[in-house]
Amino acid sequence: MKKLSLLASAVLSLSLIAPLQAADLRMAYDADPVSLDPHEQLSGGTLQLAHMTFDPLVRWNRDLSFDGRLAEKWERIDDKTVRFNLRKGVKFHSGNDFTAKDVVFTFKRLKDSPDFKAIFSSFTEAKMVDDYTIDLITDKPFPLVLHSATYIFPMDSKFYTGKTEDGKDKAGLAKHGDSFASRNLSGTGPFTVTSREQGVKVEFARNKMYWDTESKGNVDNIILTPIKEAPTRVAALLAGDVDFIAPVPPTDHKRVDASDKVDLITMGGTRIIMLQLNQDRVKAFKDKRVRQAIAYAVNQDGIAQKIMKGFATPASQFSPKGYLGHNESLPLRFDVAKAKALMKEAGYEDGFTITMMAPNNRYVNDAKIAQAATSMLSKIGIKVDLKTMPKAQYWPKFDERAADIMMIGWHADTEDSNNFFEFLSACVDKEKGLGQYNTGNYCNPEADKLMQAANVETDVAKRTVMMQTIEKMLYDDAAFVPLHWQNLAWAASKKVDIEPILNVMDFPYLGDLVIKE
Amino acid sequence: MFAFLIRRLFQALVVMFVISIISFSIQDNLGDPLREMLGQSVSEEQRQAMRDEMGLNDPFLTQYGRFLGKAVQGDLGTSYFFKEPALDVILKKLPATLELVFGATLIIIVFSVPLGIYSAINPQSIFSKIIMGVSTIGISVPVFLTAIGLIYVFAIELGWMPAFGRGETFQITENLDTALLTADGLHHLILPSFTLASIMLPLFIRLIRSEMMEVLQSEYIKFAWAKGISPWRVYFLHAFKNTMLPVITVGGVQIGTMVAYTILTETVFQWPGMGFLFLEAVNRVDTPLIVAYLIVVGAIFVVTNTLVDLIYGFVNPTVKLTGK
Repeated sequence: MKKLSLLASAVLSLSLIAPLQAADLRMAYDADPVSLDPHEQLSGGTLQLAHMTFDPLVRWNRDLSFDGRLAEKWERIDDKTVRFNLRKGVKFHSGNDFTAKDVVFTFKRLKDSPDFKAIFSSFTEAKMVDDYTIDLITDKPFPLVLHSATYIFPMDSKFYTGKTEDGKDKAGLAKHGDSFASRNLSGTGPFTVTSREQGVKVEFARNKMYWDTESKGNVDNIILTPIKEAPTRVAALLAGDVDFIAPVPPTDHKRVDASDKVDLITMGGTRIIMLQLNQDRVKAFKDKRVRQAIAYAVNQDGIAQKIMKGFATPASQFSPKGYLGHNESLPLRFDVAKAKALMKEAGYEDGFTITMMAPNNRYVNDAKIAQAATSMLSKIGIKVDLKTMPKAQYWPKFDERAADIMMIGWHADTEDSNNFFEFLSACVDKEKGLGQYNTGNYCNPEADKLMQAANVETDVAKRTVMMQTIEKMLYDDAAFVPLHWQNLAWAASKKVDIEPILNVMDFPYLGDLVIKE
Repeated sequence: MFAFLIRRLFQALVVMFVISIISFSIQDNLGDPLREMLGQSVSEEQRQAMRDEMGLNDPFLTQYGRFLGKAVQGDLGTSYFFKEPALDVILKKLPATLELVFGATLIIIVFSVPLGIYSAINPQSIFSKIIMGVSTIGISVPVFLTAIGLIYVFAIELGWMPAFGRGETFQITENLDTALLTADGLHHLILPSFTLASIMLPLFIRLIRSEMMEVLQSEYIKFAWAKGISPWRVYFLHAFKNTMLPVITVGGVQIGTMVAYTILTETVFQWPGMGFLFLEAVNRVDTPLIVAYLIVVGAIFVVTNTLVDLIYGFVNPTVKLTGK
């Protein structure tokens, strides 16, 4: 017993003499990355980790265009090939040199990854020209080569090649079960992982050999703690236990903003929340006028102001501002009188009864939004039997198309309008994998033709026109009911200059973060 | 005594077997684990292929048989999220939860015994009425609110306490660590312990009070007064000892319940224990982990009940464990 207390006091004194240094960052997110393997899961957490520990060939900047990272220059050399000149003198965390071989290795792994292969389905090959030049080749002229290159985070091919002690291939990618890459990491990025306890914390240290010496970033160590409960996350920031948090729940914006110790930063996001009207289940939804009536009955602005407390941008289409497909000429169309007139015209003056399902823990205020939509539809005589449930139960129901109206939120992995069309509004075609999330079963062959054309159009101006035309078609047809784009919010203590490194993709470029003394 | 333990062990196995069947049969209603493992753009075909690979498409009995076969060998499956044996994951989180239960139990004992005795001896005093009033509020306020309130006052406004987490831990072995041996860890333990204690403390104060009042009415206490024994001896030696019997019974059962309450407390404080782990597992539909957790908690209940029965036998020798 005495020994134990001796031990305790020794530990006690140790813990007292280890204060945090000035340029350390303690951050809290709602989740931590599921794995150290950048190709295991296509999720925000994984991409955030990838930006901290790896570098992409190119990355998005705040104007939604591209900055070169491991690629210094790029040019289209023919309509199926884009050539990238790679940065020289870059070293991986392991000390190995970064070359085009690593890009080829990474590309192959991406093509094998269940989550990422869809993004790279148009690519046939990553061809090494010399040690610092690589050609990305597509099967057709492909307009999204750079968009896709933001997902190529070269991995250290030497480090990830060979066999582990128990005879597994180090390059192996396991969706479930153990793999070398899920526990070991060697990238080129600004930080190395020094320790990790899944679900508890991840610790990072600055990569001393980092190639980007122009970056003003001065953070030496990062401790990332997942804090699941939003009120606790906010409390931890306000109490000074952490320096940076995301996301900040809308209910706490005022409190965070009012504090003189922290800054709140919000930005319009790109995730669209919408309702899909299932035409196969409800005959009335086949009638364009009924769909339009619903589009007129829903008050997007009201939802954004009252339920989202201004923390959302009301939407009349898929594409947020900044996307090529965003069509400025499509206004919000809330007009109950018009909606009633359309219902009458379609012969549904007395309305009808339908079912609706929505998750209650997936999107910000999802269940409340669904309730609001329910009461808006009741104004035009449509009685909605609403069921909300946790996301774990919701998705199987969604796949079954178990209700007449389904809620879904979507973020385009490619940051491109065509991704919305392919997954959400294209005619359902299991073979081609189109319309996979189109539970409305809306089908417009003309729009699909344009979508296919836009897929192989490398002229940006022409492509823009095509995609804006599709948005207009979907709007006129009231193919679905767009609600809003969820905004993003971060908060940080005043000494952490977070604003310049944020972007709408929600991958703060922490390598460039400056902490003021 | 030995026969008693053997029988309890057998009961424990039956309990865990039943729990495993129940938890296994509800797993289909928990949701689809693949949704949490795969990105949004993965095709239905690939999802099915992975389901096949993981054996999720097999009939219930096949799946359960496979589970049981491994469980007999001590393998309760591999967590989808942690990619480690579910039992290892839970046992690694167990110390954190036990710390919390320990902290809360300590608080409950330190406060409930004197307060309960005081209010039993002086039922009419103002202080007793305050104790009773406050304890009613304590029972009615949800844990969640207590936790947020404590965080707000002590972490944000006063800045005395950390708002979340377990702090520094002391590594005993590779898989075993404790926050009880570091100043930082103890500091982090205070608020969650009080939160967890807040549910049970009022209950115990009231229990001790009413039991004690009943005992004080009994014949042998009256006789003791008549004999002229000092109040101290009457209250603490004669009355309190008999008060403790029902308290121990309830206490044992409540410690088990407290393990369940840790789910809420741990979630609010981001305390990395197994309650928090369980809630996360439910959100992620990590079925092997859910099943393993339920079995472990079932085991904890059986063990605490067994201990309670043993202690009961020591305090009150008239109770025979063989039950004949």
